[in-house]
Amino acid sequence: MAPVAIARALNMGLRKALESDPKVIIMGEDVGKLGGVFRVTDGLQKDFGEDRVMDTPLAESGIIGTAIGLAMRGYRPICEIQFDGFVFPAYDQIVSQVAKLHYRSQGLVPIPMVIRIPFGGGIGAVEHHSESPEALFAHVAGLKVVACSNAADAYTMIQQAVISNDPIIFFEPKRRYWEKAELDVDTPLTQAVPLHAARVVRPGRHLTLLAYGPMVKTCLDAAKVAADEGHELEVVDVRSLSPIDWPTITDSVRHTGRCVVVHEAQKFLGMGAELAARITELCFYELQAPVLRVGGYPIPYPPSRLEEHFLPDLDRVLDTVDRSLSF
Amino acid sequence: MTADHGALTSERDLVQLLTPEGERLEHPDYPLEISQAELRSLYRDLALVRRFDTEATALQRQGELGIWASLLGQEAAQIGSGRALLPGDMAFPTYREHGVAWCRGIGPENLLQLFRGVNFGGWDPKEHNFALYTIVIGAQTLHATGYAMGMQRDGSEDAVIAYFGDGASSEGDVNEAFIFAASYNAPVVFFLQNNQWAISVPEERQSRIPLFRRAHGFGFPGVRVDGNDVLACLAVTRKALQYAREGQGPFLVEAFTYRMGAHTTSDDPTRYRLASELENWKLRDPIERVKAYLSRNGLADAAFYESIEAEGAELAARVRTACLTMPEPKPSFIFEQVYAGGSPLVDEERAAFDEYMAGYESAEVGH
Repeated sequence: MAPVAIARALNMGLRKALESDPKVIIMGEDVGKLGGVFRVTDGLQKDFGEDRVMDTPLAESGIIGTAIGLAMRGYRPICEIQFDGFVFPAYDQIVSQVAKLHYRSQGLVPIPMVIRIPFGGGIGAVEHHSESPEALFAHVAGLKVVACSNAADAYTMIQQAVISNDPIIFFEPKRRYWEKAELDVDTPLTQAVPLHAARVVRPGRHLTLLAYGPMVKTCLDAAKVAADEGHELEVVDVRSLSPIDWPTITDSVRHTGRCVVVHEAQKFLGMGAELAARITELCFYELQAPVLRVGGYPIPYPPSRLEEHFLPDLDRVLDTVDRSLSF
Repeated sequence: MTADHGALTSERDLVQLLTPEGERLEHPDYPLEISQAELRSLYRDLALVRRFDTEATALQRQGELGIWASLLGQEAAQIGSGRALLPGDMAFPTYREHGVAWCRGIGPENLLQLFRGVNFGGWDPKEHNFALYTIVIGAQTLHATGYAMGMQRDGSEDAVIAYFGDGASSEGDVNEAFIFAASYNAPVVFFLQNNQWAISVPEERQSRIPLFRRAHGFGFPGVRVDGNDVLACLAVTRKALQYAREGQGPFLVEAFTYRMGAHTTSDDPTRYRLASELENWKLRDPIERVKAYLSRNGLADAAFYESIEAEGAELAARVRTACLTMPEPKPSFIFEQVYAGGSPLVDEERAAFDEYMAGYESAEVGH
């Protein structure tokens, strides 16, 4: 099979999910005829009908709130939020309802829902189209949060998210939507890497780079460059931001003794803060250097002509790697 | 504002089948045939939920409940609409729909669990077709709409009823629920209990027009009913549900009523409204008018009222005992059912918590 782009892999995964369970429905703005602004749902309404792939009114709280009702009725809604910055009108329904209903009802009201959010910057977009709000969701008990970084994972993880009985916030790396990889369409979901597992995507022995979503590729590129200088960096794709796969992460850090966390979101109280705190606690005696972070600055996402200064890139990652190695 | 109100609404707009004096009226759009037994049973429901509510307020005053949201004054709106529901219909309440819960067969003592703070529920929503109480204002109207969209997909002949209030009508979620319900023609009845007060803020701060008229702008019917008239609430809700069942889409019922008590036991209405207003509404009491009608027409005698009173006393005693003997949840209960599929983080912290608690227990044993 020819390599497939992330957007296409998600489309194929969604198609499989719709085929596998008649209760699966897709809802969101422009997901029908248009196929989504990134074409992730392209052709699905044509093949599955308007009742299963629904263009909704333009109201994010309405999308999530009605999806809750559909989930209560036994459906498995997959909601698309068009851009990261547009999720906040639905934040109340997500935090106060989606996340809590299973707990409030002592398990009587599960909310098996997927909320897909294209996230991150680097596409030259206007404001509110380039944000990385993942920590705001990972902080909420009752939600599970994942981020895919490549087409193979996108294809598998979206299907795993749909069959999960917990609500999943599914972050998609929008600037990588068109990057291609080989898919594994033969391994049954039950035998695939579990949804909430991290994965070593490049082995190394001198330092662990932890990343997820769009920054995994940046870290892989950095590891290639570092290899030329004799530094073997291990890259771990965190994949699941809540819960976090601590065994895989700590195994890597114990082995390398150094760790740098990379994400686009601002460092302050970002995922890196939790990763660094916990790794320090669990791997204190194996660490050769403090866990360092590369991330966005404590500012709103800047105008696009300046975004390259905000986003972690190869040089900033390598610079921080050097700082860690110099301890 | 008062003048505008007068121009936009009139007596004609208010559906009433039983006057405050207990006089039976007919309405061309809402005919209601009702037997003596049904009338007596409506009176029983009204009287018993009020008695239960009084007991719950007392339990809060005695420190047994953290808070209580009284339904005093809204009995007719809740019993009338609740009795209009068929078993397959699904109801989405706020946190004050104790009368509707009663109609759905939920033991009143179960309602106290949330307010005592032992859990967030107290009943199985699927068993009773009555969702858990929702405290975030208006959020449940979207759940109701989505649930109705699910019924539509299932080819069901049931309908959904969403409860909310005059304050909630200002929430974005309620307006989005109206839009989604209209857009998909969902079988949902929006039942707005306009009790005149959103805690301390009067209805005129929420709307320049009578609330039932909002529906017209969203493209579906809206009707204002005398919310203190159990017969009118029953007839109008029944018709609205039938309209939804027939595939005609959403319907807004505004039950014009009055919150005779405080917003909750933490509130003090003397700070923001006149006692005379309450006195005025007491003349329109939802229970007294049923009693007047029953008595005047020889449909009930003193023995009947005495039997209901005795039943009320028994109910109150049962509820009180249930409240006082409610088991305290175990500390580790806080970790239960956070996720359907579990979470290693919750498991880990729960294990640490158990160990920490066990340390105290063994210390006590040692002591």
